Amino acid sequence: MALVLVGLVLMQAGPVFAQDEGPSIVGVLESVENELREPVPGVTIIASLDGTVAGSAVSAEDGSWVISVPGPGTYEVELDVGTLPGGVALTDPDRPVLDNVRVREGQAKTVRFQLGPGISAQVGDLDRFLDLLVIGLKFGAIIALASIGLSLVFGVTQLVNFAHGELITLGAVLAFFFNASPLGPQWPLVFAAIPALALAAAFGWAQERGLWRPLRRRGTGLIAMLVISIGLSLFLRHVILWLYDGLPRSYSDYAIQREWSVGPLDIVPKNLVIILSALVILGAVGLFLQRTKTGTAMRAVSDNVDLAESSGIDVEHIILITWIVGTVLAALGGIFFGVTEGVQWDMGFRLLLFVFAAVVLGGLGTAYGAMLGAFIIGLASEVSTFWFDVQYKNVIAYGLLVVMLLLRPQGLLGQRERIG
Amino acid sequence: MYDALASTAHEPGVPKPDPIMVASGLQRSFGGLHAVDLESLEIQRHTITSLIGPNGAGKTTLFNLLSGFDKPDAGEWHLNGGPLVGIPAFQVARQGMIRTFQLTRSLARLTVRENVMLAATNQPGERFWHALFGKWRDIEEANREKARPLIERFGLDHMADEYAGTLSGGQRKLLEMARALMVEPELILLDEPTAGVNPALTQELLEHIIALRDIGMTVIFIEHDMDAVQNISDWVVCMAQGRIIAEGPPADVAANPAVIDAYLGHHHGEVP
Amino acid sequence: MIQWDNILIDAGRAAIGIPAAAYAMSALGLNLQFGYTGLLNFGHVAFMLVGAYGTAITVDLGGSLWLGIPVGIALAALLGLLLGFPTLRLRTDYLAIVTIAAGEILRLIVRSSGAEPLTNGVFGIQAFADEFFDLNPIVDGRYGIGRFRFDERTLWVLIAAWALVALGTWIIWKLTRSPWGRVIRSIREDEDAARSLGKNVFWYKLQSLMIGGAYGALAGIILAVDQQNVSADFFIPLLTFYAYTIVILGGPGTVFGPILGSILFWFLFELFDEFLFDAVAAGWFGDVIETTDVGAIRFAAVGVGLMLLMAFRPQGIFGKREEVLLDV
Repeated sequence: MALVLVGLVLMQAGPVFAQDEGPSIVGVLESVENELREPVPGVTIIASLDGTVAGSAVSAEDGSWVISVPGPGTYEVELDVGTLPGGVALTDPDRPVLDNVRVREGQAKTVRFQLGPGISAQVGDLDRFLDLLVIGLKFGAIIALASIGLSLVFGVTQLVNFAHGELITLGAVLAFFFNASPLGPQWPLVFAAIPALALAAAFGWAQERGLWRPLRRRGTGLIAMLVISIGLSLFLRHVILWLYDGLPRSYSDYAIQREWSVGPLDIVPKNLVIILSALVILGAVGLFLQRTKTGTAMRAVSDNVDLAESSGIDVEHIILITWIVGTVLAALGGIFFGVTEGVQWDMGFRLLLFVFAAVVLGGLGTAYGAMLGAFIIGLASEVSTFWFDVQYKNVIAYGLLVVMLLLRPQGLLGQRERIG
Repeated sequence: MYDALASTAHEPGVPKPDPIMVASGLQRSFGGLHAVDLESLEIQRHTITSLIGPNGAGKTTLFNLLSGFDKPDAGEWHLNGGPLVGIPAFQVARQGMIRTFQLTRSLARLTVRENVMLAATNQPGERFWHALFGKWRDIEEANREKARPLIERFGLDHMADEYAGTLSGGQRKLLEMARALMVEPELILLDEPTAGVNPALTQELLEHIIALRDIGMTVIFIEHDMDAVQNISDWVVCMAQGRIIAEGPPADVAANPAVIDAYLGHHHGEVP
Repeated sequence: MIQWDNILIDAGRAAIGIPAAAYAMSALGLNLQFGYTGLLNFGHVAFMLVGAYGTAITVDLGGSLWLGIPVGIALAALLGLLLGFPTLRLRTDYLAIVTIAAGEILRLIVRSSGAEPLTNGVFGIQAFADEFFDLNPIVDGRYGIGRFRFDERTLWVLIAAWALVALGTWIIWKLTRSPWGRVIRSIREDEDAARSLGKNVFWYKLQSLMIGGAYGALAGIILAVDQQNVSADFFIPLLTFYAYTIVILGGPGTVFGPILGSILFWFLFELFDEFLFDAVAAGWFGDVIETTDVGAIRFAAVGVGLMLLMAFRPQGIFGKREEVLLDV
């Protein structure tokens, strides 16, 4: 574990573009729609210095372009809007020219034009709605994976683990190390996920044995445990920030994919894969809880610790298993989240709000409730962008959380608590 | 034996001549299990009524419902003729019905004296603006004087300024009772006041309970010790599986076959 | 080279500095909620944000700063009402979940384009506290000894901030020693017991949340006035947990805990920060820790500090040991 962490420190890669001798202006043209990034080739870019053209380039198949410029200075860089392919336009149509591009000696100066679907390419409302449904399902699947662990752990220990978001990030970052870090083995993501999940399992084991069990033994109260979990969250999040630094990065595979069109539905393959594999895993979790001895014991402990203990269940062992399973599922959710949104140090903390909304909606402590709540939150927050701006996605999820607390605090699948 | 109940029939749900509490149709279930499902219950004023029954009979759940700590799925109940449906627990307490808990709830990091004084109902300094700007010290002083004999009566005077968390289990039971009395309730619900208490202290507690009746309160208490029930109760109500299966004077209920059946499970015929 | 003299002077300045005063104020409110009432407000930063923005927006709309400050405080109390209403009847965790979410949501709303007409989005609002600085009676200059000096502007803010902290502490002292305080302490110990004695537990919790929130607002206002700037991205969840660390450091449920805790916290924070910076610059850690990592490590250290304090010294640095033994 420590080795991997030290490895992570050193994986902050060097400059992206190899430098030629002279200064240059470089960039990559990508059209961004929802989460799909598509390179835009064949577009002319012109750089001029004091009104004179100093160089030009045409974007390559991968959207990249390089203009070698004669020397340092402040250039104007223009994108020739006429050469844009159909369906692609500047996000801000008033900014085809970027002035004030200051290039220093020997520098490869990066400039960025923001491109997206133009007005002409505006898809129909039905298409957009269907797209959002798919994205919502995918988001719901990710939240579901990420929330079950929180709900299971709450079930057996009564602890809402505020450091759960960091377990999500941990999975994504570990997978990044094995997949894309220059210091890692650079395996394809499918194989990189295996050691990442194994390490997550080890971490789940370690935090129960090293932290939570000793605290329970000392008789630490619930409120103290919650505060400790938030301290752990701060600690883990900033250790990841230290080792991984603040930049978002993508896995080396699945970053850019073309959509498949099925009738009116456009699906990015990775989204379909995420939805399907998440469903399979959720099904497996369900089977595990219903059919295996450990799963049944887990439900029994959730139901009533004393009863479970008196009927011969090794409660401490079940709690340990729950931490391991929960951490692995959170890590897996993190990897899927990383595939679609990129890997960043605070990604889990950002997802945590949605996870909380899901578990409260479904009923704290119920695994199936967490799944149900997750899909509702995922769909509701994504589909809401049909009417509202994307920046209010969180607000929608939060609104659902609060409404649920007002109407039915035990959640959809929870039961009114027994008192006394 | 208390005369007012002399002519009352010995059967479940029987009406009483002067009931302080009347409940009817109370139901509460926890996922399929009917914890409480009773047709009718009346509690005679100025008596000690024992609530007995095997574990899981629904006694504590009934207490929770009556005191507003839990909400029934159906049914209604009245205190002194006033309806209590939908009344929150704290208001039930203010209307004169106080309950204690099976697991003693002493307020550990308040002193014994603070525990008792907290229970006073007339302190305006408990309101925010009064606390900041009002005059509450005179009433506080009066309450202190009122609390003193209570603390003495329960033998806690040498501990008065210690944290309640430092008391022994039995002392906590005493403290809880002293606290309840400070409220000056009409009806007091005691949930297993003698559980886990040594025999000497048990006797003392029972004497305190009798004293409560003698100063005009009505007591309902959950008890497992049959000797205690026989000794101090005026009336006994036996519950099993959420229902009232027998009611009557102690000796009568103790001899009731349905009660013996409930306590011994369904092996009635095998009882030696 | 570790320059201990400079580090100690800077740490000393931080210990009585404006953030120390502001966080003492913030911690006073959190202590009322967490230390006295047992409420778990994980979104204290939301109250700070509402206070600061309430003030800045009022001034921006043409109001006086002296109107803006009470508006900010009142809005924070209102926020307490809104957050408390759906959660305070439920287990403690629900309040924690809803408040931590509210903190982030409010920050996102304030910086969103929809709120721009009021909040100026990501750019925030500046220069709204001139009325306060116009009152500064202190003659221009630098006051203090050696490196331990403050200019007249900082000194003015410091005096005002610490005076407010003193006033706030006096109010808490008065409240917690009253019967009202006895009720909220009883709720912390066992809310069912308080309820069984006829106390309206929900209403007391709501009051505690609202009053604590008002203190949070005032803390936000102190920081905003000092900077003459509010910006959404300043109000990150971390601020809440500074306040938690301070409350536990000073001793939860004590009147002077928040002040002592804040002074100690900012002293240690600055000490650790500068020490680490010097040590990294001196090459102690090679490539493993670079100067750009110091920020992250210092926040991680706050996390560890919070965990260790809560686990091993929940009564605070100055607290009595026997109180913990009673902890149930």
